[in-house]
Amino acid sequence: MDEANKDGKPIIIAREVHKWFDNFHALKGVSMEVKPGEVIVIFGPSGSGKSTFIRTLNRLEEHQKGTIIIDGIELSHDVRNIERVRSEIGMVFQQFNLFPHLTVLENITLAPIWVRNWKKDKAEQVARQLLERVGIPEQADKFPGQLSGGQQQRVAIARALAMQPKIMLFDEPTSALDPEMIKEVLDVMVELARSGMTMLVVTHEMSFARAVAHRMYFFDAGNIIETGTPEQIFKSPQEDRTKLFLSQILEH
Amino acid sequence: MTATTTQEMAPPAPPGFLEWLRKNLFSSWLNSLLTIIGAVVTFFSLVNLVSWAFTKADWRPVTVAPLLYLVGQYPRPELWRPGLSLLIFAFLIGMSWGVWKRYMRVFAIFLAVLLAVMTFFPLETATITLPIRGVMLASAVLIYLGYLLGHTSFILPRHVVIGWLVALLLVPLVILPGIQGSDLLPFVPTNAWGGLLITLLLSVGGILLSFPFGVLLALGRRSSLPVVKWSSIVFIEVVRGVPLVTILFMFSIILVLFLPSESRIDRVIRALIGIVIFSAAYTAENVRGGLQAIPPGQIEAAKALGLRNYHITRLIVLPQALRLVIPNIVGQFISLFKDTTLVYIVGINDLLGIGNAILNLNPQFVRLQMEVYLFIAIIFWIFSYFMSYASLQLEKALGVGER
Repeated sequence: MDEANKDGKPIIIAREVHKWFDNFHALKGVSMEVKPGEVIVIFGPSGSGKSTFIRTLNRLEEHQKGTIIIDGIELSHDVRNIERVRSEIGMVFQQFNLFPHLTVLENITLAPIWVRNWKKDKAEQVARQLLERVGIPEQADKFPGQLSGGQQQRVAIARALAMQPKIMLFDEPTSALDPEMIKEVLDVMVELARSGMTMLVVTHEMSFARAVAHRMYFFDAGNIIETGTPEQIFKSPQEDRTKLFLSQILEH
Repeated sequence: MTATTTQEMAPPAPPGFLEWLRKNLFSSWLNSLLTIIGAVVTFFSLVNLVSWAFTKADWRPVTVAPLLYLVGQYPRPELWRPGLSLLIFAFLIGMSWGVWKRYMRVFAIFLAVLLAVMTFFPLETATITLPIRGVMLASAVLIYLGYLLGHTSFILPRHVVIGWLVALLLVPLVILPGIQGSDLLPFVPTNAWGGLLITLLLSVGGILLSFPFGVLLALGRRSSLPVVKWSSIVFIEVVRGVPLVTILFMFSIILVLFLPSESRIDRVIRALIGIVIFSAAYTAENVRGGLQAIPPGQIEAAKALGLRNYHITRLIVLPQALRLVIPNIVGQFISLFKDTTLVYIVGINDLLGIGNAILNLNPQFVRLQMEVYLFIAIIFWIFSYFMSYASLQLEKALGVGER
């Protein structure tokens, strides 16, 4: 397994992934390969399927056609495979989705204790290190409701990292934040990207893409329209739809 | 965005008592009129009630047989067993007070004071013998000793929980019924049990057993397995569509006809099963309300962390859902507590049944229903009030409504 991860073999393989919501064709044959350590930014208009796509990768959404292989494990109806894949993939949501009845520390230690069977002491020690890393060690014993949006999202990142995942998915992590809090979350994400984490980030924060993305994917109407390095995408986009969309989000 | 430099004035001090009166009771002529009428009616009813209670009322049907109200026909030589049970629970209540402080404090203090007062309460009858008074006083003392012990660091909440579990199994299954053929604990059939003993047994048993059953039903109703889902729905809807009286009749009379005579289940247990089934269906619907209020994002986040469905339900969904429905569940349990009086119609002498029996069997008490029912109402009110008080404290501590 380790062999497969080294020397540039893809850790995520998606081939011709299709997804329907009733009669709505949300993903129309999306294919993508991601190598370990790559930072991918996915952008596009709302309803283009970008969130749906990354949610199929940890099977929060089930794909109906095509193949998804994560770190050598193919996603199918096999529940044990799904649980294994999920524990290798961390996810950060637009709405944070912290557990309001648990303290910050309990939010972070929950999965390591119950999924990885870590001792409480070890889990708490790791959790405190992670809180240090995301810059809020002093909030460990508070409840999520007592934190600002930016702090909550940083706890959510720490919670996902506590499982020591190989891949991190970010589903519009800054869209629900007030402008002054976006930077503190992006700073954490940039640090994470530079540390070599494999990341798939759905976002319109083009400063983040410029700083750390290896590749960018433009989604529209359930398909990948264009892909390239940030330089290619920003300087010389090939498709008209990409140009139009970029001009709309970069103008303001 | 610069802050305004002028300081805002603090709001005026809260108005005094006269101001409060003017605002709330005499704000308009109509309001003043209603206040005066209300005050007059309340005053005269209270004066009449108090003077009736102390001069006209004849409390003999209450005082003549205090033991009947407490334990029914429980054999008098075996009275030490309910006495021992009382001591055990008094000690546990005291320890719970020491461990959980404010949830139990008011109830524990009230109970201790009540027991102490009862110890020295003058009664014309000699049925309350010196040993019985001794047990009451000892119970009051044990509540306090339990509190002192629960306060220390040796006793953890988990010890007290274990103590309660052991006592709740031991008392109704071993100490009170005894063991067939035993000399130390001779068998006492449940038709000898009665009064407050039966009322508490049925309501505490009903509450404790119906709660987990109801939670399982609520989860079953949302299950993705069609068999589980539909059997839960059918169970809940059938039970909710039938009055409790009917269920009690079914379990007490009809069920017996279908079962072979040697496998007859005790009638108190039959009534308890009926109560549990009835209450579980309502608990299930209350809990379902809480389950529906949990945002789907909570479950997605838990799934994304790799938690299994069982852990998601136990660690994420249920704690939040139950917290939301505490007020409803406690309300339901209070009405269940009062509904246990219905077992009177299937011939079980609960508190109300004993009251009725005393009224019916003694011709000299025939016009004294008022006294008996008032006494029973006060007992029910005391327990119900403390249940709702504990629920309020629990809601405050868990921050219901503040997410």
